[in-house]
Amino acid sequence: MRFHDSMSLPGPAGVARPRRRQVLSLALAAAAVAGLAGCDRRTAPSFRGLDLSGADYGRTLDLTDPEGRERTLVDFRGKAVLLFFGFTQCPDVCPTSLARAAEVKRLLGAEGERLQVIFVTVDPERDTPEVLRAYTAAFDPSFLGLRGDVKRTAEAAHEFRVYYKKVPTGDSYTMDHTALNYVIDPRGRLRLALRHEQTAEDFASDLRQILQERA
Amino acid sequence: MKSFKTSLLLVALLAAGAAQAQVSVKDAWVRATVPQQKATGAFMQLQSATPARLVGVSTPLTPVAEVHEMAMVDNVMKMRQVPGIEVPPGKTVELKPGGYHVMLMDLKQQVKAGETVPLTLIFEGADGKRQNVQVQAPVRSLAGDAAPAHDHMGHGGDGKPAAGHKH
Repeated sequence: MRFHDSMSLPGPAGVARPRRRQVLSLALAAAAVAGLAGCDRRTAPSFRGLDLSGADYGRTLDLTDPEGRERTLVDFRGKAVLLFFGFTQCPDVCPTSLARAAEVKRLLGAEGERLQVIFVTVDPERDTPEVLRAYTAAFDPSFLGLRGDVKRTAEAAHEFRVYYKKVPTGDSYTMDHTALNYVIDPRGRLRLALRHEQTAEDFASDLRQILQERA
Repeated sequence: MKSFKTSLLLVALLAAGAAQAQVSVKDAWVRATVPQQKATGAFMQLQSATPARLVGVSTPLTPVAEVHEMAMVDNVMKMRQVPGIEVPPGKTVELKPGGYHVMLMDLKQQVKAGETVPLTLIFEGADGKRQNVQVQAPVRSLAGDAAPAHDHMGHGGDGKPAAGHKH
């Protein structure tokens, strides 16, 4: 584990369990699936982000888009999702992340059409649908901002083990928040976490692999 | 001749009551906002010939301008107001994404790429004397690209009420 932080990302144990089960069922149905058994398990993928495959979190997202439509991860099947939690009044990390996401999309070329970037606000009080829509569009028209009320925002963050907290400054406030970028594969499974310090090339390299996996 | 001019300048600056011309501010820029976005950041490079400290910022754009530091702790982004930023002699101190920035809050209007934001930076010398440095910071796009701003530099007509900038 490269991460030594307070967020307790899943260790090898969390990854092992589903795999063991899969190995077992493979053995039982050996003949039928012999030719199809997941290639990605034999050729170890070389991800630059933290491999979260098999994580028991980050499985659902239930929020509202700026047009008022309810959105869940099912809506993005067939696409890789790059998910980031932030807030628009953030002058540094959030625009840097979204500008990088736009660069990643460019680096992916035609495959970039199969990338859905999602920005979830942890500051729904100030990030109205209008602000959110204009904000994500300023980076790329395909980027999607999602928001919920206080409760649904908390649930979404909890599901992805994202920490956020309101911090007073002057007469106003800012938000502390987890700045990891999550990658969800085209089948809707949480696969990777990339750190803020990583480059657009790192992101694109991992996403290319995720998009090339056979469904 | 030149040294005479320099001494004249020096006298003039000393007369102004502060160790002026010892602090320089370069490449200042402000990140654009979208409508109704209430805060953004300003970035720049600071240099000083003598020990100095950035202790405050003011701008006609908003009454609330704070000096902030961003820190990444265990993948959690934290922003905090800092009382000041030390500018040691001979070193370039950068206010840039990933470190320090000037936080402009309570914005009443959108800040658009191509506009210019007047900033007054307040420095304090080792002797406690204060010096104001005024800069005109161009507004870059939200993504931080300088390019679009250049094309519109000349506009002015639709710009901010860029309060008089005198030298």
